[in-house]
Amino acid sequence: MNAQPLHTGQQATSAQPPSTLTVKAVAAGIRRRVLEHTLRNNGGYLSQACSSADILATLYLRVMRLGPSIAPLIPRAFAGVPSRDNPNAFTGAGYNGPRAPELDRFIFSPVHYALVLYALLIELGRLGPDALEAFNTDGSTVELIGAEHSPGHELTAGSLGQALSQAGGIALARRLRGETGRVWVFMSDGEFQEGQTWEAFAALAHHRIGNLGVYIDANAQQCDGPMTDVMTIEPLADRLRAFGAEVHEVDGHDSEALAAPALARLSGSGAGTGATPRAVTATASTPQHQAEPAPTDQPLVVIARTDPCRGIELLRERAPKLHYLRFKTTAEQDAYEDLLEHWQDSSSQ
Amino acid sequence: MIELVTRPHRSNLIRFAAEHPDLLVLGADLTASCEADGFRDQYPERFFSFGMAEQNMLGFAAGLAREGFFPYIHTFSVFITRRPFDQLAMSIAYPNLPVRLIGFLPGITTPGGVTHQAIDDIALVRTVPNMTILEAGDATEVESVLAVAQAIDGPVYVRQLRGEVPRLFPADQPLRLGQARHLGQGTDLAIISAGICTEEAINAVAALRSRGVSVSHLHVSTHKPFDDPQLLEQIAKARHGAISIENHSIIGGLGSAIAEQLAEQGIGKRLIRLGLHDTYAHGASKPYLMREYGLDAAALIRAAETLIGESLGIDDAALTKIAANSRAEAQGETLAKADKTEDL
Repeated sequence: MNAQPLHTGQQATSAQPPSTLTVKAVAAGIRRRVLEHTLRNNGGYLSQACSSADILATLYLRVMRLGPSIAPLIPRAFAGVPSRDNPNAFTGAGYNGPRAPELDRFIFSPVHYALVLYALLIELGRLGPDALEAFNTDGSTVELIGAEHSPGHELTAGSLGQALSQAGGIALARRLRGETGRVWVFMSDGEFQEGQTWEAFAALAHHRIGNLGVYIDANAQQCDGPMTDVMTIEPLADRLRAFGAEVHEVDGHDSEALAAPALARLSGSGAGTGATPRAVTATASTPQHQAEPAPTDQPLVVIARTDPCRGIELLRERAPKLHYLRFKTTAEQDAYEDLLEHWQDSSSQ
Repeated sequence: MIELVTRPHRSNLIRFAAEHPDLLVLGADLTASCEADGFRDQYPERFFSFGMAEQNMLGFAAGLAREGFFPYIHTFSVFITRRPFDQLAMSIAYPNLPVRLIGFLPGITTPGGVTHQAIDDIALVRTVPNMTILEAGDATEVESVLAVAQAIDGPVYVRQLRGEVPRLFPADQPLRLGQARHLGQGTDLAIISAGICTEEAINAVAALRSRGVSVSHLHVSTHKPFDDPQLLEQIAKARHGAISIENHSIIGGLGSAIAEQLAEQGIGKRLIRLGLHDTYAHGASKPYLMREYGLDAAALIRAAETLIGESLGIDDAALTKIAANSRAEAQGETLAKADKTEDL
């Protein structure tokens, strides 16, 4: 796969998803599916789909090098919690392809976005179109707030701010093993209120973990309302740079802008291999402080500035409380039903 | 005479690591204080410093373990079990990852005061599914606990001892998972001890025997799972009941675990739990605190007298003489001084 152009990394390892898929179409499909589901259940994390659909579609179609799904199209039932007495426990990582030294890994941190990820996996053909039938039903792994057994999930990250440290451990292990694949972490901006996130960035910089990239859905919203009211995290880019990360701040609905930092990092470190020679060969982790770290030894961060109502204008009427949508009146529900019926019109705006 | 071993963990960790190339050590600015400095110097490429940031360190350990490494976290017990409790439960224990959490300064073994004294760690970790809990009671157990932990498919919390550690058990009799050491037979009383309290219990048992009391003594080094049938068998045979003694709160630790089992099995014996009685401690020497909080041989004698219902006439002088016979007075003083000046 080394000879493959970077932007077709998906095709290098898999016939899946079909190469005809575009970020725009997949993102619109995510929004439509999540809207449909929110209507069916009278509730859902709809604004997260609006803000993150383009980021997640870009990651899967243009940034990450993943193999084809090795998990069943119809999600398996819950097989019990992991324990030494339960050989049947599994993770949902198989939907992101097999583990292989040269392949990337995807770590999904804000797992209340689970429905968005399920919808994406369906759009990509990694999950069957009926998979959402099991959403939030008893005994299913297609849970409301995803855990490691849920499709597309590898960690149990619902206590927010814990996944990045674990991803750092995975990235460090991969460096120690000499693997060239990278670790991509999707995070929400609210997680930057947790102290552990900053502990993790300090450690990523200190140990020069450059084989890890973070995409942040910076939608500026959280459960209690706008983040500027709840607890501001700005200036996020400056803070992250001060912590030693390579930071890019982009329009989170612009796929070109979203993909560019990751593609530049890859092409700047030996096109095609994805390897960062310095990082891969550096088995001794004790940092040498006399030299400034090379750019490729820094964790990569893309702050995706997003609109929590993108694609579903009707949502703006709910502002500033956008975290979880539950219809207050039948009139409101009718308006969203109408939106879904005329989805073609709205998505082609 | 009981041999005192200097820093048994420090040398054993280096030796053990040589046999386990996938073993990594993670430290949080207490590397020499947790006797991992020798490993760090011997294997710098396998040692990772995380600074004073335990939540993140536990997450990194989880990620490394998912990839097939065996992270051995080294820090003080309080900084494993209190501060990053959610990370312990969600990042490490839920996925049943083979992370080994080597916790130092259990209970009142430190003059560092309340912030450094893990008096509730067993109680906290006992509530976490998938966790195994081991506690070293002497140098032999300090040296053999790593192999026991390494063989377990899942996360393990170890209450480890540092510095000058007495060797109470023969070096060729290693710690065995789930098996209490039966140190003496008897039918009047059963004494169940763990950790540093076992040396006190050995002395108390000698004093009790000198007064004709028949005592069964068991030393526990596996707190979870807690299913060794010997414990209930010996308690059931003890005419006057049982005494547990632990370097921990009496809530949620050894005494609680025994009480749960007695109740479930319908064994109607009295149980006196010695340990910290729902109180915090403070910064002082280990012998001082063991006496103040009733974790010593004298406290055991008082409890035995309560159960038997009569005075046995064992005074402090008698206990001191027994202790001096097994361990030179001078050594005791050296230990106390070393504890006082140990890096915190």
